[in-house]
Amino acid sequence: MIITLNGDSYELDAPVNVTRLLARLDIDPRRVAVEHNLTVLKRAAFESTMVRDGDQIEVVNFVGGGGC
Amino acid sequence: MTDTPLVIAGKSFRSRLLVGTGKYPSNEVMVRAHEATGAEIITVAVRRVNISDRSKASLLDHIDSEKYQLLPNTAGCYTAEDAIRTARLGREAGLSNWVKLEVIGDERTLFPDNEALIVATRALVKEGFVVLPYTNDDPVACRKLEEAGAAAVMPLGAPIGSGLGIQNRNNIQIIKEAAAVPVIVDAGVGIASDAAIAMELGVDGVLMNTGIAEAKDPVAMAEAMRLAVQAGRLAHLAGRIPMKRYASASSPLEGVVGR
Repeated sequence: MIITLNGDSYELDAPVNVTRLLARLDIDPRRVAVEHNLTVLKRAAFESTMVRDGDQIEVVNFVGGGGC
Repeated sequence: MTDTPLVIAGKSFRSRLLVGTGKYPSNEVMVRAHEATGAEIITVAVRRVNISDRSKASLLDHIDSEKYQLLPNTAGCYTAEDAIRTARLGREAGLSNWVKLEVIGDERTLFPDNEALIVATRALVKEGFVVLPYTNDDPVACRKLEEAGAAAVMPLGAPIGSGLGIQNRNNIQIIKEAAAVPVIVDAGVGIASDAAIAMELGVDGVLMNTGIAEAKDPVAMAEAMRLAVQAGRLAHLAGRIPMKRYASASSPLEGVVGR
């Protein structure tokens, strides 16, 4: 199955929850926010939210910036 | 002379200098510069995680969120929808409902799109955000943002990153006179005197990034900015003398030798 991850295609063997997806990507879940099909997820929902074929996932974090 | 704290959305701050996290030569320099500014509010940008290169440490490893109020920003957003989306993501990433709201209307000047800014402010306030919008130095726009529920208004001193200083002092003063929420000059400060001038005009705080981060010695400039904000604030509270066209002697006119 193929998902769109931060704008790029990404292949997964089978549906996974967001917690598993982040672990697979080596991303600390406490440092990021995740959007699933345009809905921002609460951290508590990472476990129960399944990522399926065709889903759109955005994973963001904080980077240096002041304005613009 | 004692000053009152800066109060935004019911939260008190001793420092009236707010700073960014961009363009520093290293995280280590940034941390030392932040300390030197004495700032308590720090703004950060929200961006996609680099999936293919996980080597970079998280910015949050270098900002003590116990010590600083994190202020996620919506820098780079050109529509109200994108700014709202970014604000929601920033809230989850930082577990803070504060947002420095930017909706940019022009790439060359990075001037805000006031219309979209007001729409996004209204929507985010409804969702429970503490919204600090970056706006033009336009008193009417600031009034509308306040009516939309902004917790502060942040008019620009000059274009972002330009270092040109406060371009329209009169507008900044008019904005401050009319506003019931704090007024924070955001963007355009190039050197300490710019920050002092902003504070002398009576605004409640100054937000800056490039002026410190891209100085030859960011840590030294950070301290200069801290002192300038304090000096400008104190001078404002002390009350300036009226400007006069001609001289007014400050020594006694009587007893001058030889006269």
